[in-house]
Amino acid sequence: MLIPNSETDAAYVIRNAAADNKPLSICGADTRGFARLNKPAEPISSRGLSGIVDYDPAEMVMTVKSGTPVSEVEAALAANRQMMAFEPMDHRGILGNKGEPTIGGVFAANVSGPRRLIAGAARDSLLGIRFVNGRGEIIRAGGRVMKNVTGLDLVKLLAGSQGTLGFLTEVTFRVLPVPPMTETIVISGLDDETAAKAMAAAIALPVEISGAAHLPQTVRSRFIDGVLPEGEATVLRLEGLTASVDVRSQKLAAVMGAFGPVGKLGMENSLMLWRQIRDVAPYADGTEKPLWRVSVAPSAGYHLVSALRLEAGIDAFYDWQGGLVWMRMEADPEAELLRRYIRALGGGHATLIRASEAGRPQIPTFEPLPDAIAALSARIKAKLDPAGIFSPGKLG
Amino acid sequence: MPEAIQFLLPRPEVLARRSIIIDDLCGLLPADCVIHEARELVPFETDAFVSYRRMPLAVVLPRTTSQVAAVMKYCHRNSIPVVPRGAGTSLSGGAIPQEDAVVLGLSRMARIIEIDYANRTATVQAGVTNLSISEAVGIDGFFYAPDPSSQLACTIGGNIGMNSGGAHCLKYGVTTNNLLGVKLVLVDGEVIEIGGKHLDAAGYDLLGLVCGSEGQLGIVTEATVRLIAKPEGARPVLFGFETSEEAGACVADIIASGIIPVAIEFMDKPAIEICEAFAKAGYPLDVGALLIVEVEGSEAEMDAMLENIVGIARRHAVLTVRECQSATEAALIWKGRKSAFGATGRIADYICMDGTVPLSKLSYVLKQTSEIIDRFGLRVANVFHAGDGNMHPLILFNANDPEEAMKAEEAGNEILKLCVDAGGCLTGEHGVGIEKRDLMRHQYTDAELAQQMAVRAAFDEDWILNPSKVFPLEGRG
Repeated sequence: MLIPNSETDAAYVIRNAAADNKPLSICGADTRGFARLNKPAEPISSRGLSGIVDYDPAEMVMTVKSGTPVSEVEAALAANRQMMAFEPMDHRGILGNKGEPTIGGVFAANVSGPRRLIAGAARDSLLGIRFVNGRGEIIRAGGRVMKNVTGLDLVKLLAGSQGTLGFLTEVTFRVLPVPPMTETIVISGLDDETAAKAMAAAIALPVEISGAAHLPQTVRSRFIDGVLPEGEATVLRLEGLTASVDVRSQKLAAVMGAFGPVGKLGMENSLMLWRQIRDVAPYADGTEKPLWRVSVAPSAGYHLVSALRLEAGIDAFYDWQGGLVWMRMEADPEAELLRRYIRALGGGHATLIRASEAGRPQIPTFEPLPDAIAALSARIKAKLDPAGIFSPGKLG
Repeated sequence: MPEAIQFLLPRPEVLARRSIIIDDLCGLLPADCVIHEARELVPFETDAFVSYRRMPLAVVLPRTTSQVAAVMKYCHRNSIPVVPRGAGTSLSGGAIPQEDAVVLGLSRMARIIEIDYANRTATVQAGVTNLSISEAVGIDGFFYAPDPSSQLACTIGGNIGMNSGGAHCLKYGVTTNNLLGVKLVLVDGEVIEIGGKHLDAAGYDLLGLVCGSEGQLGIVTEATVRLIAKPEGARPVLFGFETSEEAGACVADIIASGIIPVAIEFMDKPAIEICEAFAKAGYPLDVGALLIVEVEGSEAEMDAMLENIVGIARRHAVLTVRECQSATEAALIWKGRKSAFGATGRIADYICMDGTVPLSKLSYVLKQTSEIIDRFGLRVANVFHAGDGNMHPLILFNANDPEEAMKAEEAGNEILKLCVDAGGCLTGEHGVGIEKRDLMRHQYTDAELAQQMAVRAAFDEDWILNPSKVFPLEGRG
């Protein structure tokens, strides 16, 4: 494993690898490295590039080296009552691996959690990057300011590119104040379809919901030590100043009463619940059962699940108002079936997060792209990584 | 007026075939979709960056995506430059054509295709105006968040091209944060769909790359945007301070306190005077700077937030505090700010800068800006979105005085370099266009510019799309 300890070092290593046509597998701590490459590649990790470069809480902007542990970033932010608003998930539970996730990995995989609904994804918070391209050149993109339309937005392009376009060395991102109060309204006993309607109705209200998830009967007891009320749980999060959350939760509870019995969780349980939703706790089950992350239109989520249920053994729960479906298959991953239904229901995509070693190689981890977009993506990759050395075949 | 900014030389082989090209375009599109008479081309000569103008070869105004695709396919095959245009409100010259270019106007594709409240999306054609989306969904309690000052006229296609912002972006983000999908016609006429109603798209973030690409990567013909539930209410408060520095420090403290207002707008003394004379908004004339801070929510929430904010302002020796009791008073406070550009245009010609700086550098940059302006013997009015450091110095000059016009451009360039040197960027929301193109080397290294241009080439190898814009003409390789 290559572990450059400076950006210059990284550029040197990559320049040489390009000259020798030697593939590199870009990673941080490899806690999210579920996708396979199509040829052997030497891992190159960012973990030698660590530390907070610049953080002025008053500006709500932080610059860190890419190999900095997420935990270190979160601790520094917490000390100033700030946070990454996009709530990046921790994959270690569901993937059953160890290691210290890095901030570079969060942005390279565009990892976002429940608050994505209102606060945007990791890519929306990312203001600037430094990276080494496949020629071994150091490139800066974006900057430290929230509004920036100077030239092409390579920041967005690199975010979520899974280490196939460049080796991130430094990231600058926007942070937000931690809300002093968090409350969760629970509506009990709704089937998936009614829950989708309830969530849509809730989000149409002027109460600023910052999380909307539906936890069917099969998963409910696996959250917050089983203290959620009996029956399916449709959960809606409110955050902000205490007085404001009180007013909004009353308003929300009053409207949601039309759908089913309504309860409240309080701050402690709310914080734990949303962390567990973020980290997909019910499927951190120590198994290798195939696990999909499916992104569809919010109103399509429950249609997809009910259609698949007729043909395969699945278990699922919903985040992002129903648009993010976490789906565990009991046996076969059923990739073709799942992807066919997604297309039929108006589009979206499915990522195979977990699978047995035996089951994985036959299945594209990421959603196969339409021909024209695949061709365009290949042209873009060739412009950043002409020798094709970065994580070959990772995106399909 | 002298022209410091160059355009690409027209391609002689295109100019020579002008009448054939027009005939061909007339064959591809219905007759009323092609404009080529000199008299009718005049309105397309320039945009809101009026100091520069070029007569285009022809203008096409297609009604469908397949018509756009047909035009692109033809122009690509014949190496004819294409300049996309929405409403022509660009402040950076993004829509100014050139003599060998076909202007591709999206103004006739102005239909709202679908409003989907269950998924909180609106799917619209690119020529739909920004404001008309909020108007269409307002009655049902929703709105579309990005609100550029030109929102009455500017189109969603243009907003995507420039990744437009507006006063309320502090809370809701700019166009790229509110865009879920586009239908994009590539340079060779192929049509692709990126994203949709789901919150994140598969593969590379092409949506993020296209947004703000200034018409260099393809033609957006349809867009799916995010709708947001309207807050119960919104209320501005107006503060007057003795100096710009004090106002700037107050902004930094509001942000640092953990309150995120929906907007924090700043005006300096010259801007206050200009706007007051025009809008009669009752702005205090005995202050050096004013801030308009707007919060949203229920009455109780707004009371609580404003109490905090007023407290912070008092710690900065605020001279005037105007809270409003009615919607009429609120509208009046905003009226002055929103008329700033128009009001300035009544008293002088001006160019509007758009540099963005880190909040901690606001006071410093304001001070340096006035020194630069003094050195050139010009006047400046500052009106801008202070919450996100996006500055808009309006440099006043007389367009009939060529020397003064040149000075204004030079002073503007110095101010933008100052913004970059302070850790900011050349443009926060107006785009590079032609205006800031030749300053790009001040912000980026050669390798960085080459990387951006290489990515551009993955979409348009032959520099067909809006070719005189964004990237310096020399060194394109």
